Amino acid sequence: MALDEYRPQEGDEAYEGPREFRQVGTRPDRPDGFDKVTGRARFGADMYAPGMLHAAILRSPHAHARIVRLDTSKAEALEGVKAVVTRADFSKNVIFAPGTVGEFWNILENIMAGEKALYDGHAVAAVAATTPLIARDALKLIEVEYEILPHVTDVDEAMKPGAPVIREGAADRSVPEGMHPNVVRYHESGHGDVEAGFAEADLVIEDHFTTEATHQGYIEPHACLGTLGADGKGELWCCTQGHWYVQKVCAALLDLETANLRVTASEIGGGFGGKTTVFIEPVALALSRKAGRPVKLVMSRAEVFRATGPTASASMDIRIGMKKDGTITAAQGTFRLQGGAFPGAPMEFTAMCAFACYDLRHVRQVGYDVMTNRPKQAAYRAPGSPMAAFAVESVIDELCNRLGLDPIEVRLKNAAREGTKASYGPTYPRIGLVETLEAARAHPHYAAPLKPGQGRGISCGFWFNYGGETSVSLALSEDGSAQVMVGTPDIGGSRASMALMAAEVLGIPYENIRVTVADTGSLGYNEISHGSRVTYASGLATIKAARDAVRKLRQRAADKWGIDVEAVDWVDGCAVPSGPNAGDFDPLPLAEITKTMGATGGPISGHFEATPEGAGVSFATHIVDAEVDRETGKTRVVRYTVVQDAGKAIHPTYVEGQFQGGAAQGIGWALNEEYIYGEDGRLQNPGFLDYRIPVASDLPMIDTVIVEVPNPGHPFGVRGVGETSICPPLAAIANAVSNAAGVRLRDLPMRPSRILDELEKQRDDA
Amino acid sequence: MDYHKPSTFEEAVAIAAGAAGTTRFLAGGTDILVQMRSGIATPEVLIDIKGIAGTRDIVREDDGGWCIGVAVTGAELTEHAEIGHDWPGVIEAVGLIGSTQVQGRATPVGNLCNASPAADSVPALVAAGAEVTVQGPEGTRRVPVEDIPTGPGRTSLKKGEVVTALRLPPRGRGGGDAYQRFIPRTEMDIAVIGCGVSLRVSGLVITEARMALGAVAPTVEPVRGAADALVGTRLEKSALDALADLAQAACNPIDDKRGTVKFRTHLAGVYARRVARIAYERARAAQ
Repeated sequence: MALDEYRPQEGDEAYEGPREFRQVGTRPDRPDGFDKVTGRARFGADMYAPGMLHAAILRSPHAHARIVRLDTSKAEALEGVKAVVTRADFSKNVIFAPGTVGEFWNILENIMAGEKALYDGHAVAAVAATTPLIARDALKLIEVEYEILPHVTDVDEAMKPGAPVIREGAADRSVPEGMHPNVVRYHESGHGDVEAGFAEADLVIEDHFTTEATHQGYIEPHACLGTLGADGKGELWCCTQGHWYVQKVCAALLDLETANLRVTASEIGGGFGGKTTVFIEPVALALSRKAGRPVKLVMSRAEVFRATGPTASASMDIRIGMKKDGTITAAQGTFRLQGGAFPGAPMEFTAMCAFACYDLRHVRQVGYDVMTNRPKQAAYRAPGSPMAAFAVESVIDELCNRLGLDPIEVRLKNAAREGTKASYGPTYPRIGLVETLEAARAHPHYAAPLKPGQGRGISCGFWFNYGGETSVSLALSEDGSAQVMVGTPDIGGSRASMALMAAEVLGIPYENIRVTVADTGSLGYNEISHGSRVTYASGLATIKAARDAVRKLRQRAADKWGIDVEAVDWVDGCAVPSGPNAGDFDPLPLAEITKTMGATGGPISGHFEATPEGAGVSFATHIVDAEVDRETGKTRVVRYTVVQDAGKAIHPTYVEGQFQGGAAQGIGWALNEEYIYGEDGRLQNPGFLDYRIPVASDLPMIDTVIVEVPNPGHPFGVRGVGETSICPPLAAIANAVSNAAGVRLRDLPMRPSRILDELEKQRDDA
Repeated sequence: MDYHKPSTFEEAVAIAAGAAGTTRFLAGGTDILVQMRSGIATPEVLIDIKGIAGTRDIVREDDGGWCIGVAVTGAELTEHAEIGHDWPGVIEAVGLIGSTQVQGRATPVGNLCNASPAADSVPALVAAGAEVTVQGPEGTRRVPVEDIPTGPGRTSLKKGEVVTALRLPPRGRGGGDAYQRFIPRTEMDIAVIGCGVSLRVSGLVITEARMALGAVAPTVEPVRGAADALVGTRLEKSALDALADLAQAACNPIDDKRGTVKFRTHLAGVYARRVARIAYERARAAQ
């Protein structure tokens, strides 16, 4: 995924104004609910094929090592083994290029090591055998001789002179001269004169913050079933957020014609950005091509942790100046992110999101993308933004504390509004930050008394949102029901919201619409389900495809009545004569038209293809109460309220679910989730026992408030909601914990031992 | 791998004694099956003891103590009507192992024989003065629970020996026990430290005291000296201070991903106080 796909977008003026909805905004049952509750849903690992082989991947136990010798002959000789592949079995035509320009090369190098193993868990060979046990045994017969090299896993260490070089020549031209070769991309942006701004401040706080890498933590490990014949034609079933992207990458890495590989997205057990790239699919296809049989490849949880993308870890310096009245006079940030052994840590988003909530005359942000011996980072829900908010909103909280100011009033005073020049460049159209702050201030939570030992934290958060290439088809059935084919895997309830939007336009019941995530052979190109784009872009395309079908329905009615199509309206699912013909004919329901459509002109479908560019940016304000056990350092989040602008909530229950999900993942990131590396560079906690995502009993009921400030770029006003919800939590929780403990927590996760250490320092200082 | 399901302990002992290669016993399987699936353990002989008569029984003995079969699951213990009245600390420890689902399979004897220093039930059992009966080629013996684990993953059981039952002593009047652990989350986690305390009181005065700590040394060990610190006291601050000091002195932990030496040692003191207070309240209420 090219990072510029998240480029902030200027909106089309597409919003159609306030209206009364009949179906949009209601809360019908989810269409995938029955399948998921009964176990009928088919996830990545649920597909089987006759003659299917089982694959396993051999992974490097070293953080950084040259592969001196790789001998697979004994594994190939084992009975039941049908194919072994190494890097030699993939395309030689994928060209290396610095930075993220060479992303396909980066993916190839990541899914199968070349000359070096670059992190603990890096794939070096793969086997397909008749049973999973034989495949596992065969891995033990592969002989690999490694020359162990010095390694580095920490972002600040990796930038120092003398740090081990991950890959020479990986830096693109953005990087200033004199930087370590591990610094591979550089970003700077802002406006005004920050030094002049700091001179106007009554108080300037400068501080350093760090966050650890966290994994998306989806429940379903990556899994696929691939078939690739000697004729260069293949089929792939896989668990992904974007099967057209998988198709494109696999075709490139295996020298196939894109259209000859048909990819079907399975039901998905969570993605959160981690399934926007490719880890195993080309390996399964390469094995299948060699063995001549279908190959199934399913990752274990340990493989998911060791070899798929966590988010980047960050080291950040923030400096903010404020007047006594709460006016921010200047803001500056430096953001160093490591994204593993490849370019791509989303430091430009960190930099661009950092101060996006505020109307600033003087602002400057700098980002560094740094390589280390860790797995290749992948997108994780608003990639780069949560850590920025953590650092910036912590400093704002500290400024409020020291100046004796209310944290919501200060944010309101400085909040970005329509017409504000954003810290990252563009001028905002209509946005909803102020409305979220006002709703937070009015919420009973904000006025509720705290118990002894508790603290309250506030944070705002920002995410760009995105549009992207989108195709939707809608086909009507004879009985008047409709099937909608979208190409964006449903990672957050999009089948329900598409059905609601189609039902709204067609005027037929929600239950009469079936939304299918079509395979790459059944629909035009669709970008990945990422950037909170689906309800916005696929939704816009669904509305337009439904209107295309309605236009054809009106034409059939016009033909039947012998009047002009412009004289036919569509009202509540019926064609109705209008204007001078009003009342001349009885309304003609959709099902009456479709019943005879074969004889009146043929099947009726609607289509829409476009790259919508009006994704509206989105803001949220979170309120968190936390308490700290000062004897053990253990923290509990006791109350949590999410206030976020959804533009227009199509299916409010799903919107609330996205709000709550972002907060829940943020609680894990803030308190206990982290990648723990040993001195040897090996990951110490590749499992859910010691990689501690929150369990249900760790979470309070997360209260939600949906604010609706319409997005000017969508007919119904929709803004994406999936990602913004994870932007404020790290900061809101850190502010709550800091206020409860009486010490500023600057490093995540705020694990109990870290809080105890900070309390001890506080006592020593006193 | 050979799988056996004997119907008597004599048979189980004979199979284990005559087995070539790594031998493991299977009860709930929540450790060994997981280890086998993840490739950590590959036993050549697996002896399933759930088919042996009496291994699923919880029996009140004539002296008022309890005999718990080796295949009794955690859930069967936590749902038992009476045993939790006698030994609430042991039962709350068992109730912390894994999850509700895991407790439907996992057995406290398995928790003991897995020999993890962080096993939740073991500090509570040691504090309670529990014993196991062990049967082997040389006959049968009774062994205090604390003498079974000898290090992480290692036990004092000799080749051919198998634990045949877990025994809790009669509780008697004025007794109370408690167990708590520290974990970063609220459940589904492994103890960073665990602490079990069992007391007996007469009026307000402590007459008997035992304490054991988990996850602070290679094995769960009774904290010798707990009785000296507490007996004769009313759990005043000075007694709690002495107990906390003893707990911290007993620590010989490691630095690892779950906690540093400093953190574990600190927590041992915190939990010694907290758990002793609960046990004391329970003991006073049981007079």
